[in-house]
Amino acid sequence: MNTNSKMTGVIHSPDSNSSDESTAPLLDMRNVHIEGFSDEKWHPIIKGVDLRLERGQIMGLIGESGAGKSTLGLAAMGFARAGCRFTQGEVLFDGEDILKLKESKRRKLWGTRIAYVAQSAAAAFNPAHRLLDQTIESANRSQLRAENESRKDAVELYDSLHLPDPENIGARYPHQVSGGQLQRVMTAMAMSARPDLIIFDEPTTALDVTTQVEVLASMREIVEKHNTAAIYITHDLAVVAQMADVIKVLRYGEEVEEAETRTMLSSPREEYTRSLWSVRALEKPEEKGEDIVLSMQNIDAAYGRVPVLFGININLPRGKTVAVVGESGSGKSTAARVITGLLPPSKGSIVFNGETLPAALKDRTAEQLQRIQMIYQMADTAMNPRQTVEEIIGRPIEFYHGITGSAKQNRIAELLRMIELDESFLDRLPSELSGGQKQRICIARALAAEPDVIICDEVTSALDQIVQEGILKLLLRLQEEFGISYLFITHDIATVKAISDEIVVMFQGKVVEQGLKSDILSPPHPEYTELLLSSVPEMDPDWLTGLLESRS
Amino acid sequence: MTEPTESGYTAAAEVGATRTRRSRGERWWLALKKAPLSAWFGMIVIAAYVIVALFAPWLAPYKEDQIFATPFAAWDETHRFGTDQIGRDILTRLIYGARNTMGIALATTILSFIIGGGLGLIAAINRSWLDQLLSRTTDVIMAIPGLIFALMLLSIFKPSVMSLIFIIAVLDSTRVFRLTRAVAINVAVMDYVEVARLRGEKLGWVMRREILPNIMPPLVAEFGLRFSFVFLTIAALSFLGVGIQPPTADWGSMVRDNASLIQFAQYDLKAGITPLLPAAAIGLLTVAVNFVVDWFLHKTSGLRDEH
Repeated sequence: MNTNSKMTGVIHSPDSNSSDESTAPLLDMRNVHIEGFSDEKWHPIIKGVDLRLERGQIMGLIGESGAGKSTLGLAAMGFARAGCRFTQGEVLFDGEDILKLKESKRRKLWGTRIAYVAQSAAAAFNPAHRLLDQTIESANRSQLRAENESRKDAVELYDSLHLPDPENIGARYPHQVSGGQLQRVMTAMAMSARPDLIIFDEPTTALDVTTQVEVLASMREIVEKHNTAAIYITHDLAVVAQMADVIKVLRYGEEVEEAETRTMLSSPREEYTRSLWSVRALEKPEEKGEDIVLSMQNIDAAYGRVPVLFGININLPRGKTVAVVGESGSGKSTAARVITGLLPPSKGSIVFNGETLPAALKDRTAEQLQRIQMIYQMADTAMNPRQTVEEIIGRPIEFYHGITGSAKQNRIAELLRMIELDESFLDRLPSELSGGQKQRICIARALAAEPDVIICDEVTSALDQIVQEGILKLLLRLQEEFGISYLFITHDIATVKAISDEIVVMFQGKVVEQGLKSDILSPPHPEYTELLLSSVPEMDPDWLTGLLESRS
Repeated sequence: MTEPTESGYTAAAEVGATRTRRSRGERWWLALKKAPLSAWFGMIVIAAYVIVALFAPWLAPYKEDQIFATPFAAWDETHRFGTDQIGRDILTRLIYGARNTMGIALATTILSFIIGGGLGLIAAINRSWLDQLLSRTTDVIMAIPGLIFALMLLSIFKPSVMSLIFIIAVLDSTRVFRLTRAVAINVAVMDYVEVARLRGEKLGWVMRREILPNIMPPLVAEFGLRFSFVFLTIAALSFLGVGIQPPTADWGSMVRDNASLIQFAQYDLKAGITPLLPAAAIGLLTVAVNFVVDWFLHKTSGLRDEH
């Protein structure tokens, strides 16, 4: 029943604690209410949630964005972000209500008995200090042990987190290690003072699949080894299934349900939980296309003197979807930049509708630009925060097609309906939209140009799963209606299964293979494809354990 | 609209940030209501100065260049703050000075923002040899002490209001250029600027519509500060005798003209204070502008007030 105890044979499941009635749970949050101040009013964010965590237990908190996961995670530390406040309830940590403690007392707990691992390690580290100094800072501050012992201990932690060169990696600065390594160093930092509780706030969301597996495995291992309790916040169900003993589902700041991982996965009680589970079932039947609308022929490209792409050949059939997969740094996005003309290739050519496109953006005609559109990963930064939806969608209509006045208004309304929104969104600014709505507006902006090809650069990876499904369905429908071809860049295999006809696997700037979805996804695979496919987390709670065994 | 899925999901119903729609006026009113005392003080002082400047001919008891019989007259009923070294009414000249000094400072600041802001935006978008050329030229100009450079240029060109405005604007635009370029570079790498470039937008559109609206807060704050500095520069130049030329009233030259009165403070305190009045006018406005700028900077810095 407890995934962790199975793996190591150490028994620290809730049962062993609950047999002793006198032992209070490590963390007991009762009826917690938190409000946030925005727009001149206090809005409830957490509306009365209870949370019990035993020593050594790992709880997964899942829910869509805005569900209050992170707020609740921080509340477990007795902390409310600036602009937020506790209005009701108590947070008993080791039997003591930490909300009633003085700020200075609470500060003493943080970092030593309760630690926090943030989502973006790159943003959470101080770029001016060496990793080792930051790792042992909290242990030092609380004078837990002598500094040189802490240093030795940190090296051991690095080693047990499988960081390369554990002896010396601490001497580096945050920008000198990769994202996955940094996330592990942050875990070491959290572990350094041997806390009783660690809050993981989406620690692997920003990592690509192959790295994610390594980070997950080492996090799980170290938490188990030291019998640390943890709260693991994520919107990825498959990830939480690997980590957690119990799962709590949140929505709109309220608890939907809580159950043990296996029970939750096999028989969720609530309709909402089931809908979360079913998202990954979307699959598109593949079709082969002969009419090639866009092809990259033997492309080499470089950033300055650093070569990034080597002899890339990718063909995009008309009205079909080609998914480009590969880990970060494999050259997927660079390929997209070459197609758009932002990065002229050093060799090779791009053939579009039978004619060769000028290499550089400035040499292309408006018509050529109009026919290839791009949708970005981060919808937040892809829209000007000072322009309304009307201006954002209206501009390409006016720019490419010269339509103005009421004809433009009608076209905008039509586009909004196409993306399943309505005219009430016209005067909104991007900051007033949810993540999914933002991405839809970006899709509408691309559609407004009436393109042949849309390059989708990780368009769903910043969204949670229900929203992802909605966006993918929308893209499929638009393809059916308008015969648009998609070049779909992603590292998420579930997305690939859902949307693609063909798959291109890239690794270190080269195309490993291209072919129909079914061919690529069925064995035998080239070595890298195998690694990529096997790294995609599955909903099975034994998946990670099994994978690690098979790899070792 | 499409049918909602089994989970009841529709795109339109997704929870975005909850925000009540407010008109621009309502938003301003809300911001004003929360403004700290210092900001209120600053705004009231600035408003008073603006009123004085606008209605100078009606507020002033005499004409700007009207000369009376007694120079250095004491404070009395006819001349509230006495007269200056050639017998002009000090109060009248203080009031007209608001108009001249502030008007010229404003024109200079606007001009320096047009020059510095425009070139800064171009440099930030272009990032090629043009950026190098502009940035290095700016470095060279900034390397020469401002006041001395201005004095030199003013002695080359005849000191007139036009040359004063133009010279100070050019010298000051270097600072505006640097600021604009620095903040615009951060915006120019955003995806939405790339989207505009991919769409084939021209430089003008990218500057005006994509970048400028997003760098307004620091620029507005800088505008307030620059205005104060220009103001001080003009006062300093006038004090040195190359600024605004007589008979045009201006606070800087008023300080200089009446400076000798200070030594009479031991006999008549009021006479001693007289040259300090225009100086106080300069100081008060500078403080007021800075209060407002501070508040504006805090408001747009995105820091949330802790409740």
